[in-house]
Amino acid sequence: MDGHAILARLRERFGPAILETGDHRGDHTAVVDRARLAELLRFCRDDAALRFDMLMDLTAVDYLKFPGRDAGARFEVVYHLYSVTEGHRVRIKVPVEEDDPVVPSAVPLWAIANWYEREVWDMFGIRFDGHPDLRRLLLYEEFVGHPLRKDYAINRRQPLIGPRN
Amino acid sequence: MGVGLGGFFTGKLDDAIAWARKYSIFQYPFVTACCGMEYMATACSHYDIDRFGAGLPRFSPRQADVLFVVGTINHKMAPVLKRIYDQMTEPKWVVAFGQCTCTGAFYDNYAVVQGIDTIVPVDIYIPGCPPRPETVLDGLMKLQEKIAAEKPRT
Repeated sequence: MDGHAILARLRERFGPAILETGDHRGDHTAVVDRARLAELLRFCRDDAALRFDMLMDLTAVDYLKFPGRDAGARFEVVYHLYSVTEGHRVRIKVPVEEDDPVVPSAVPLWAIANWYEREVWDMFGIRFDGHPDLRRLLLYEEFVGHPLRKDYAINRRQPLIGPRN
Repeated sequence: MGVGLGGFFTGKLDDAIAWARKYSIFQYPFVTACCGMEYMATACSHYDIDRFGAGLPRFSPRQADVLFVVGTINHKMAPVLKRIYDQMTEPKWVVAFGQCTCTGAFYDNYAVVQGIDTIVPVDIYIPGCPPRPETVLDGLMKLQEKIAAEKPRT
């Protein structure tokens, strides 16, 4: 399926919940309202024409002090979907506000989302509602803060942790 | 004369022990990153670290004299390094191999320990990113001088 057709199908199904669509050099993107994200991801996976059976990537972006972007939500969670059977792909973005950094978990849809979401929680402090085991993935439990947030000072040091038994 | 002879004999025994220690460096290579390649180059036949009596790496800290910390140490690895150091028997020495272990180098960030001397005492710092084998051998010889100058504990 062609990228424009994928976006058209999403717009037709979800209407105003699709806040924005666009493409950059053939990469098609849909920005989605968080309230209908879980429903949209399930539709992407299960719809007979879309059949996005693979979650290629799940990450987040912190737009704090981003040049040319003064308004809007601070974070965006980004999903890259790919269909092995159809050979097409799409990018889903969902804006997340700083004071309520929660997104529904994609683990029930794609098992790989488990570690992706743990990494996003680790680095950005965005929580995933319904995740079975939301712990830090790369850093250690004693770590304070989320280092990929833009307001995490680059020279901030964590206390050393001692050996455990 | 008896006392003098005893004092003379004790002094020479210290030297003999120091000489033996200096040429029987059993290292524990704590290799975590790219510096390991340069460490291997130093250990192989071209630079031949065995000329200095340091040719036998031991992969148990209990059999090792010198802890070679080769590569970046991050906060998550730091407790492991400390435990390895604690498991080594006296006498023991520590070599910080490469910029990352000396200061943290350009990994001035949230994850990397800014110099392993914040965790364990270091005897020799070998700078370089990574250090040339010649630099490593220079550091090794400086360590030998340091070992030779030490008096065994009584």
